[in-house]
Amino acid sequence: MSDHDYRPKSKVGQWFNDRLPLLTLANHLTDYPTPKNLNYWWTFGGILTFCLITQIVTGLTLAMHYIAHADMAFESVEHIMRDVNYGWLIRYIHANGASMFFLAVYIHIFRSLFYGSYKAPREIIWIIGIIIYLLMMAAAFMGYVLPWGQMSFWGATVITNLFSAIPLVGEGIVTWLWGGYSVDNPTLTRFFTLHYLIPFLILGLVVLHIWALHVPGNNNPVGIDVKKPSKDTVPFHPYIVIKDGFALLMFMIVFAFFVFYAPNILGHADNYIEANPMVTPAHIVPEWYLLPFYAILRSVPDKLLGVVAMLSAILILAVLPWLDTSKIRSAVFRPLYKQFYWILVADVLILGYVGAMPAEGLYLLIARVATAYYFLHFLVILPVLGFKEKTLPVPLSITEPVLGGSPNLAAARNKESKIE
Amino acid sequence: MSEKKTKRRDFLFTATTAVGAVGAAAVVWPMIDQMNPDASVKALASTEVDVSALTPGNTLTVLWRGKPVFIRRRTQEEIDEARAVKMEDLIHPEKDEDRAKNPEWLVMLGVCTHLGCVPLNDKGDYNGWFCPCHGSHYDTSGRIRKGPAPWNMEVPKYEFVDANTIKIG
Repeated sequence: MSDHDYRPKSKVGQWFNDRLPLLTLANHLTDYPTPKNLNYWWTFGGILTFCLITQIVTGLTLAMHYIAHADMAFESVEHIMRDVNYGWLIRYIHANGASMFFLAVYIHIFRSLFYGSYKAPREIIWIIGIIIYLLMMAAAFMGYVLPWGQMSFWGATVITNLFSAIPLVGEGIVTWLWGGYSVDNPTLTRFFTLHYLIPFLILGLVVLHIWALHVPGNNNPVGIDVKKPSKDTVPFHPYIVIKDGFALLMFMIVFAFFVFYAPNILGHADNYIEANPMVTPAHIVPEWYLLPFYAILRSVPDKLLGVVAMLSAILILAVLPWLDTSKIRSAVFRPLYKQFYWILVADVLILGYVGAMPAEGLYLLIARVATAYYFLHFLVILPVLGFKEKTLPVPLSITEPVLGGSPNLAAARNKESKIE
Repeated sequence: MSEKKTKRRDFLFTATTAVGAVGAAAVVWPMIDQMNPDASVKALASTEVDVSALTPGNTLTVLWRGKPVFIRRRTQEEIDEARAVKMEDLIHPEKDEDRAKNPEWLVMLGVCTHLGCVPLNDKGDYNGWFCPCHGSHYDTSGRIRKGPAPWNMEVPKYEFVDANTIKIG
């Protein structure tokens, strides 16, 4: 890395940089050596940054027209949709942007799971990521309450009531969260405040996430450390910038499809009915990105244990670097882990599906089996696999498989040593 | 440095930290407590309901403190069914006699004790209420019989002001 010896070319640049080394930072970000074998699964970090900025910009503009009051919130959202210039567009981008944000974050998380990006020395990056994910869920949940439709109101009621499962102080906490004896105007105004705050907290954590990433550098598809920066890496700009840019364009096509052709497909029709504290909709379902955890909540027949299981399902991810005992990062060289990885992906998708279905009969049974398997994967399979699994030989360097191009590792090694 | 001086420093350090912590807590508490129900919310503590139009077998739902309250004028069968239940069969054992002092009238918060949805009337396996959110079944006394809810639906403080008027709260 050329951080320390960097000097701006212009006199003004030098003068400024000696006083505030912003240009050194910009130079670090431009020259930042990136493993040259990064594939498209590594472009989601950039895509997520785009999602965050999109949500902040559209959120700010919506806040100029939205009224956070129980009597006016629903109407003000309709006002945005019908009267405000391009209000429909801004709101649809914001609402679908939340779904796109979660789509990207799930791909980003499962990328880490496949390539072992959470392992030493990247545990802190991973844990900051999990905190960002938790804040995203909080922001998404509170944002969904703001239009004050039926799903907003009853979603808020159900989720805040999760805290009533806490023994002794639970009821008091729920009353405190509500600022009353039910979800009402005080709840709405504080949710609006927090919904406004959280994206900026996320922004701060994203800075830490990237800072922590730039200490060890990127993981990569073969999951081994960079041996020789000159051979194994390329500078972030222009190589990764162009690749990220192309992936972002592809992602924006999907984004635009939802915004322009199916803006309500990910929402619920019930949320176009104004909140009514007297009637619960027949079928309460959270947004799609929370469904797997909702399925876990409902699969446990006890209130407190259901809440504990749901929270554990998320928090267990934070200790994943210590649950996975294998020294090999990438699933490419872990034949057994690779299979269990795909079973986990299927398990989470199944949980998501049954989370959207009524909690009865066969659905409930499937939800229970899938919940048990989810915990089995993290608490039993991963720790044991590290000791039992016979891993494949990993290449000596990132360059080796690129130059070798053949399954004959010995030949590739010879070739590399000749080039050296 | 002598030993005595070090101890003096330690004392000052601890005392300063302690006073600082108390001061910080004194400032934090108003910030936390401002989120609790305010005076205007607390002022809406009671509601009077005219129940003269309610015929047996029907339920009136009214809003009290932002929550629905079910006022059910029960039929004789419903009362008999509720009173015949053995205490051993209940998840949260409460006698129907204690929940409905005047057996014809059952007054309770129409809020599922699981996660706060409003259960549906005349539904479920026990002819009482059924919560559509997560499948809790309540009997004709509003007691939890099956499903994830931990307690019976809560009976609020209420009284008959006269033969046709119930005061809740």
